[in-house]
Amino acid sequence: MHQHASVLAIAVFGFFVAVVLGMSFWLGRKGNSAQGFYAAHGQIPWFVNGVAFAGDYLSAASFLGICGMIAFFGYDGFLYSIGYLAGWIVALFVIAEPLKRLGRFTFADALDSRFHSRGIKMTAAISTLVVSIFYLIPQMVGAGVLVKPLLGLDHWVGVITVGAVVTVIVVTAGMVSTTWVQFIKGSLLVLFCTLLTIAILARGLTVSPYTQEHGSQHPFAVKPAAEVTAAGAVVPEAGGWVNKPYVRVRAANGSIAVWRKDGDQLSETQTVIVSADKKTTLTNGAADGSLLPVGHISALAGGKSETGPLSPVEFLQSIQDATVVTWSKEVIASPDGEITTIYYQVPTPGAKLMMPGNSSTFKGIQGSLPAIDPAKPTESAAARWKALMSRFDFLSLMIALFCGTASLPHILIRYYTVKDQVSARKSTVVGIAAIGFFYVLTLFLGLGAMTSGTLDPTDSNMSAPLLARSFGDLPFACISAIAFTTVLGTVSGLIMAASGAIVHDLMSNFMKIEMDDHAKVKAGKIAAIAVGIVAMVLGILFAKLNVTFLVGWAFNIAASANLPALIMVLFWRGTTKQGITWAILVGLLSSLGWVLVSKQAFQFVYGRTAAEALDLALVPFSQPAIITIPLGFLTLVVVSLLTRRTGTAAVIAGQRAAAG
Amino acid sequence: MTTPEPKREDEHPELVERNARTGLWLFAIYCVIYGGFVGLSAFCPDIIGAKPFGGINLAVIYGFALIGLALALALVYLAFCRRPHAKSGE
Repeated sequence: MHQHASVLAIAVFGFFVAVVLGMSFWLGRKGNSAQGFYAAHGQIPWFVNGVAFAGDYLSAASFLGICGMIAFFGYDGFLYSIGYLAGWIVALFVIAEPLKRLGRFTFADALDSRFHSRGIKMTAAISTLVVSIFYLIPQMVGAGVLVKPLLGLDHWVGVITVGAVVTVIVVTAGMVSTTWVQFIKGSLLVLFCTLLTIAILARGLTVSPYTQEHGSQHPFAVKPAAEVTAAGAVVPEAGGWVNKPYVRVRAANGSIAVWRKDGDQLSETQTVIVSADKKTTLTNGAADGSLLPVGHISALAGGKSETGPLSPVEFLQSIQDATVVTWSKEVIASPDGEITTIYYQVPTPGAKLMMPGNSSTFKGIQGSLPAIDPAKPTESAAARWKALMSRFDFLSLMIALFCGTASLPHILIRYYTVKDQVSARKSTVVGIAAIGFFYVLTLFLGLGAMTSGTLDPTDSNMSAPLLARSFGDLPFACISAIAFTTVLGTVSGLIMAASGAIVHDLMSNFMKIEMDDHAKVKAGKIAAIAVGIVAMVLGILFAKLNVTFLVGWAFNIAASANLPALIMVLFWRGTTKQGITWAILVGLLSSLGWVLVSKQAFQFVYGRTAAEALDLALVPFSQPAIITIPLGFLTLVVVSLLTRRTGTAAVIAGQRAAAG
Repeated sequence: MTTPEPKREDEHPELVERNARTGLWLFAIYCVIYGGFVGLSAFCPDIIGAKPFGGINLAVIYGFALIGLALALALVYLAFCRRPHAKSGE
């Protein structure tokens, strides 16, 4: 789908970037000490810190990814909203105050506060770097995706732009400027998404959303087969087209339209045809053609054509009682090597879309568990096992989302930017309010995009900005610019966390490199530049990859590596430094190893088909948290019990040494 | 490493312990309710798809309730925790 850059969008984008950079330079004078650079002097007001939590946490995956997933698959995207928000309960009730009490710049400080162990510092720093890298890739790729339609620039330019702007933000004033960028971004995101939701409800729902303002006036037809075939010559089935539910009709001018069989009706599709030599691409039959925007309601309850303004409850009821046309795709190869990608209509009951299990991620949880059939015990047992593993995959992801939030290093460092435990507690509550309210809005934004005739069938990530475009160029420009600052806010937090891990945990505490305050800030800035460059390179390398699942992996790895150590050091006095070190290592390596040999990795990273990936996967489901978090706890307990005597002796020796 | 240590805040052990205990209780309550949602979604599609009231299915109601409950419990926790100096008399 072609999206042309508008002057207004470029102007708003330029204004946002200028404000953010200007503020960073202005705040630069405040980040000159290590305490200022890494923890904003611990003087950020609790309300600002709370909104900055939202700005830090609501990443491109939250905003663009969840809205897009809801727009394409309904309720499944909302599952992420629920899981992401629930994770804050762990942060508030279990982690926040002890972490603030025990730590200083990084969460390794809190883990190590009783032990002064180089092993803990090193493993915690490695864990921070691994999790941050997994989280950085989707953010950077998201930046490239955004800049393409917004400014008409190539993907790599978007990645470099974000990388450069973020590096400048971090280098000028570290955590001070990062905090204020996140505060501004969090405020704007919640405010504009609220306004957009109000506009969606005020507009209501209609069965004919395709207007010029929405990008296209083309309604997608469903016609009797005889009427379609009478309009041209039917192309005989051959090659990959044999036994497929499609009819190809050649018009008088030679162009071929593909229709999908649906009973005795045929529904219109959209096609992208790539010639065997890959030199020619025809989109909807034309060399300069483009895919049309999609997503509409085909039938409202009571046969109405539109609803008029709706309350939030009426909006959800209306969607649930409607039939919504979502879109899916199929790729067919002709005998001559020509590849046709067909985007086709899928009329779906609203009640089904408002249930979990419509996306490929959660498909396995639809329906009841198949029973064992005595007549076919092997086949039925295999089907039951497969269904059970799909449910384990779902449970594991929901556990990872719940446990992962409070284990993300870039979130944890924000507890050191407030002055005390009371402020840590209050700012978390503000964060929960802002983030929770935003996640409620995601359902309305996603469903609004699904039914507004604005979706790009090739790119779910653009659903929210394209929805905004249906209300005019200014909302589109604002939402796109906010989405861009969303990436800035999260990436700056990630780079700060990585920089702190490198300089404070690795260089200063593990390698024992002597640095004065000035040298530590300088090293932090150099580390930030290095991490920024790595982020840019990864963002360009992974440009073609479907990266949304990487955020899920980051949550799994963070929860497996960090949560057992964080919980046990706070609540079990028998914890030893060896127990913590091994728990982090085992949690990190087991979860990382698991995801790298999973079906998801074979399919999305190694480029295999879904069927091949299923055969090649070495683990029964893709999300490891349900196994690797308990493994982390078990490792910590066993190693602590085995090393208790020496651990206790070491602590006592340390205390004696400290006492002089 | 010559960065000066930031001043440690005053903390009353009894209050810290009481806050921690309260937090863990509230955490346990939320865990049970969240676990119920995940379990129903995974194993009881008929129940999660039912429309108990308002014409909206349980999946949507439960989802919104979990988000609302998180904020409600957070506010309860905030109200329950006293400032350290209130107890210690500082």
